[in-house]
Amino acid sequence: MSQDDKIPSAASDGPLRLVVIGNGMAPGRMLEHLLGEAPGRYRITIFNAEPRVNYDRIMLSPVLSGEKDYEQIVIHGDGWYIKNGITLYKGHKIVAIDRVAKTVTSDHGVTEGYDKLVIATGSTPIILPVPGNDLAGVLSFRDLDDVNAMLLAAQSRSKAVVIGGGLLGLEAAAGLKSHGMDVTVLHLMPTLMERQLDSAAGYLLQQAVEARGIKVITKANTKAILGMRKVEGVELADGTIIPATLVVMAAGIRPNGALAKRAGLEINRGIVVDAQMQTSDPDIFALGECAEIGGHTYGLVAPLYEMARVLAARLAGRDASGFVHNDTPTKLKVTGIDLFSVGDFADGEDRQEIVLRHASAGIYKRLVLKDNRIIGTVLFGETGDGAWFNDLKKKSVDISDMRETLIFGQSYQGGAPLDPTAAVAALPDDAEICGCNGVCKGKITGAIASKGLTSLDDVRAHTKASASCGSCTGLVEQLLKLSLGGTYNPAAVQPMCNCTDLGHDDVRRLIRARGLKTIPALMQALEWKTSCGCARCRPALNYYLVCEWPDEYADDYQSRFINERAHANIQKDGTYSVVPRMWGGVTSAAELRAIADVVDKFAIPTVKVTGGQRIDMLGVKKEDLPAVWADLGRAGFVSGHAYAKGIRTVKTCVGSDWCRFGTQDSTGLGIRIEKFMWGSWTPAKVKMAVSGCPRNCAEATCKDVGVICVDSGYEIHFAGAAGLDIKGTEVLGLVKTEDDALKVIVALVQMYREQARYLERIYKWAKRVGIEEIRRQILGDAAKRKAYFDRFVFSQKFAQVDPWSERVSRLHKHEFKPMAVIDFAPAAE
Amino acid sequence: MTLSTTSQMTWIDIGATTDIPRRGARCVVTPQGKIAVFRTADDRFFAIEDHCPHKGGPLSQGIVHDAAVTCPLHNWVISLETGKAQGADEGSVRTIPLRHEGEKLYIALDVAMRRAG
Repeated sequence: MSQDDKIPSAASDGPLRLVVIGNGMAPGRMLEHLLGEAPGRYRITIFNAEPRVNYDRIMLSPVLSGEKDYEQIVIHGDGWYIKNGITLYKGHKIVAIDRVAKTVTSDHGVTEGYDKLVIATGSTPIILPVPGNDLAGVLSFRDLDDVNAMLLAAQSRSKAVVIGGGLLGLEAAAGLKSHGMDVTVLHLMPTLMERQLDSAAGYLLQQAVEARGIKVITKANTKAILGMRKVEGVELADGTIIPATLVVMAAGIRPNGALAKRAGLEINRGIVVDAQMQTSDPDIFALGECAEIGGHTYGLVAPLYEMARVLAARLAGRDASGFVHNDTPTKLKVTGIDLFSVGDFADGEDRQEIVLRHASAGIYKRLVLKDNRIIGTVLFGETGDGAWFNDLKKKSVDISDMRETLIFGQSYQGGAPLDPTAAVAALPDDAEICGCNGVCKGKITGAIASKGLTSLDDVRAHTKASASCGSCTGLVEQLLKLSLGGTYNPAAVQPMCNCTDLGHDDVRRLIRARGLKTIPALMQALEWKTSCGCARCRPALNYYLVCEWPDEYADDYQSRFINERAHANIQKDGTYSVVPRMWGGVTSAAELRAIADVVDKFAIPTVKVTGGQRIDMLGVKKEDLPAVWADLGRAGFVSGHAYAKGIRTVKTCVGSDWCRFGTQDSTGLGIRIEKFMWGSWTPAKVKMAVSGCPRNCAEATCKDVGVICVDSGYEIHFAGAAGLDIKGTEVLGLVKTEDDALKVIVALVQMYREQARYLERIYKWAKRVGIEEIRRQILGDAAKRKAYFDRFVFSQKFAQVDPWSERVSRLHKHEFKPMAVIDFAPAAE
Repeated sequence: MTLSTTSQMTWIDIGATTDIPRRGARCVVTPQGKIAVFRTADDRFFAIEDHCPHKGGPLSQGIVHDAAVTCPLHNWVISLETGKAQGADEGSVRTIPLRHEGEKLYIALDVAMRRAG
């Protein structure tokens, strides 16, 4: 590798010492570039005040709302640091920089010398200077610890106040609301997100937020946070008191330049750096939220990644263009609220505006023009043209020619309306598609062509476009379609996986039409592109064959996911959890005693009550599973299939047996349904519930299938969801007797078993085929209903076998014991 | 007890080929951790560390397809031949030398591994 003169080499030979303070997204990205450009040039040491690796902070909102977990947002796992020879001090906060000795020292007393130092200390949340701001239960929303604390607090399902109606505050509010908290947002200004939105869009946003059941108080001046030791409420300047057990401060951030200031570096709002990210000390650089360039500090990811690019080039000793300020579009990551804003949208004498409002559709679009050029864009409700408007703005395009139709978007220009793909096609190569990662159209289409990419996942892996917040996914898909032509059509047929071009529906149809009865036969007949499939297609094919040929097909054990092979749920540490069936959620002293004995005997570390009215034993060693099942089996327990894509639970309330409001025997019906249907494999898990009256204590209206008992009979519900998505059920119809209820439910589930794609829950399937069509077949067509019912009953003959007792009697015993145990003593010489 | 530091490989008998189902795996427990031994659909055998480079998932519990396994925790695909993560993921696990004589399977634990403990 050639040495560059710009950076003096260290006193000793060998690589220069690069120390990085902070381990957020900006330094992470910088190191990726640097390792790519100049591998081996530096010996790199990172000090991270947080006790963990680099993760995607943009995705903290989805973690809070439960759509993702921490594992899914890690950018660099431990292996990355090891592979690149980087020393990472986790949980070490640097307390001093000695610029003369060129060392840094951490709060744990570690001192490290540097040739080049990068400060990436990020920002600190602004904590309002009001009484009570240090009470327990007052949190900020900056890192994973904050999110974990919020998730813990949310379990109480009590009241939360979020101070600040900006991007972060609204995402926090939506996340807490999704966990069932009663959330109020306090905002000092008259409209929400006033720095990014004009007042009209701010008002629409407030309506959309309120429609989700979140209260919004604007012009709310917080006077004090009340409580003795813990938060009890928030008091406003006008005397209003809002009770709360959790207060989230999301009133803004401040660049964290404290360490740099103590070291005597030049500080203004942030750490002052030049366009090459250099501070007032030529060996010290800063980047990220702590840095200030040309009077600007930044909080969105795109400019921070741009800083990373600039600094990496500088550290690699390469001449590169310096950092240039660009307005970054703002998008809100709250599912179902589409907004886009960029640039300047204040009124002014030299400005004109074009506004489009469509009240019933909740659409508002406003372009602010100056000298016939776009300087600001606000879009609410429909944001598809955001990239195009932003491109016109960035390039200062004179729009006089299309002024009349500009607001209708790109597809409207040039006469006939074009389809969305054509709109993307018309974008120039340097138009930005992914704002988070600064990926332009040319880079994506170039990668698709040169690397032969064929899917969204490929594009994410190779270009990082759509890999952060995901809001540009639609655009990326359009580009795929554009580049690949007919071979890519996500709306029509998505292949099952890379092993085939056929979609799930085609495969199911061909299994039936061609009488395919084994996985090898199927792969041969349908020209699978791999020799024995992959982990995505094999479990799906196994299910389709089980469903289609219940009597003839021999279940392919090796094509099942480990949970369905071991009949228990694998946990992150490789142990398993065990959930025995409790019919309808009813148990007895004898059953509880048997569980207690098993827990004691096998020293099971955690016992937990599940959401499906059963008991979960967590942390069981795989080798112990058969013995655990044997003991449970003696007490009469069978597998609860809590691990299966199959029939899970039927939750019940106590119904007319005990409850003074109960209209029917909901417990009895729940047990009857569960005993009839257990053991059945389904495309995705099926959770059911029966409530004895419309008070709905068994929460039947968010289940895959639910029953609400009423005086006149049984209301059958289906297609609810309370996981990644939250959705109330649809009413299928009312039936008069318990027998009819059972028949309708069984027929419905069989229809789902036969039609849904693997891993597709009932609500997604129902959305695809239509509620009306399902109602027509199940309630309107007695012959169809009976045929479905009969096919289910037939398949149960082969499915209702307790997998636990089978394995206690040594079926698949190889699964549970190591093949060999090697002790080194005999092998030693 | 000190272990031998000879550079010779020590082949250790771990059992019979039929102990492992096709497209399946079994574990071998060693003082340095578990080793996963795989058998492919076409009766090839491989041994690798039972520890996914991503989050340490037990690879022996994954679905085996061709000469690769998909980790049960987060679906990383690991090549049984090279130990390397496939696709866009980066990382690798140690591969363990394995010999297959008739019905018998042997693995070799090298010096580095034995000293690692």
